[in-house]
Amino acid sequence: MILFLIQKEIRLEWRNKYALGGILLYVIATVYTAYLSFKNIIHPATWNALFWIIMLFAAINAISKSFVQDSNGRQLYYYTMLKPQHVIISKMLYNAILMIFISMLCFTFYAIFINYLVQNLFIFILCLIIGSIGFSVILTMISAIAAKTNGNFGMMAILSFPMLMPFLITLIKVSKFAVDGIDNSICYPYLLVLILINIVVAGLSYILFPYLWQD
Amino acid sequence: MNNIRWWKIAAVVLVFYTIIAGFLMPVPALPILHESIRNLYFHVTMWFAMVIILTVSVTHGIKFLSKGQRYNDIVSAEAAHVGILLGVLGTITGSLWANNTWGAWWVNDPKLNGAAISLLFYFAYFILRSSIPDNEKKARVSAIYNIFAYTMMLVFIGVLPRMTDSLHPGNGGNPGFGGYDLDGTMKLIFYPAIIGWSLLAVWILSIRVGFKVLTEKIENN
Repeated sequence: MILFLIQKEIRLEWRNKYALGGILLYVIATVYTAYLSFKNIIHPATWNALFWIIMLFAAINAISKSFVQDSNGRQLYYYTMLKPQHVIISKMLYNAILMIFISMLCFTFYAIFINYLVQNLFIFILCLIIGSIGFSVILTMISAIAAKTNGNFGMMAILSFPMLMPFLITLIKVSKFAVDGIDNSICYPYLLVLILINIVVAGLSYILFPYLWQD
Repeated sequence: MNNIRWWKIAAVVLVFYTIIAGFLMPVPALPILHESIRNLYFHVTMWFAMVIILTVSVTHGIKFLSKGQRYNDIVSAEAAHVGILLGVLGTITGSLWANNTWGAWWVNDPKLNGAAISLLFYFAYFILRSSIPDNEKKARVSAIYNIFAYTMMLVFIGVLPRMTDSLHPGNGGNPGFGGYDLDGTMKLIFYPAIIGWSLLAVWILSIRVGFKVLTEKIENN
């Protein structure tokens, strides 16, 4: 069932290509703007922070629409056909796949245009994957909440900010370690914290989404 | 006058006891901390009371989700208001203390960031409430967000600062103030202070809830 829903999401995304294209264009345009204004970033802390800020806004852009794009009629259809738990899990998984794809692409462009400073690539890739999953887990649930309010995109930023900030700060810290080439063993506890936050948020979403769904 | 209960008298007595004894009773003489250790009776206890009243808020949020009573939603929202009042007071007292011992009003520290983010969480909660016009939907969505906010608050101020380096007493390998209190005199004020602030918070909460219920009654007629 979940697999089927993910397939449906991918097919939908593929059909109206402007959504996916918009995000890709956003990533490329931002990286290119950064390139034009900075030329070349040598300072690792700045390099790292700028990358994650670009990623943050790409994630908000990509995920904020997850519950808006379905029309009312289609939502009613889902409501009668599907279990809410399946809906939230499939949306989260789909967004995670999408975010991993976007983050890899963003990293490639960023490395080509701005600079490549990563010394511990293994940890940095782990950061990208865990970060993508984390963005998708946190933002999917928030976008479900924000879809219930009137001012959608503004609400999304307000509601997700406090939940994302600690996650993002820790993420930036670990990926700074990766950029500086610090040994894996020091990075693992921080990665564990990130995974724990993911698990807590995902668990809460799984329990609470059915209440949000009944309308 | 018939509305005065024993616990309201207890709240007044305990808060006055906290303030008077908190400033006058002897405290252990320590370097750097000096008399600022008395902040234990105000900052720490206010945050304890805040956690207690926010627990009330989240419990009523869960109750609303399972039973759908309008009353639970009112209590949940008003308790969050009272909790944030205590949180802001606790932040101000903590900031005063930090200025005297660390030399800065605010430092970049996991515990302090966690506290600031927890407050932000609840401010976002109020904005969420005000953005949904329909009462039933507002109650349900905000109860869900409340559960998120509460869980994350516990993680940010209770778990994360203990896992990383922190300047804050009781975190990141620093001893809490309980360790300095060798003869137990501070406990004589600390525990009553927690009960006093909590009772005061419950009192404010009961007034706010009563006010809200009456307002809605008048509006419905």
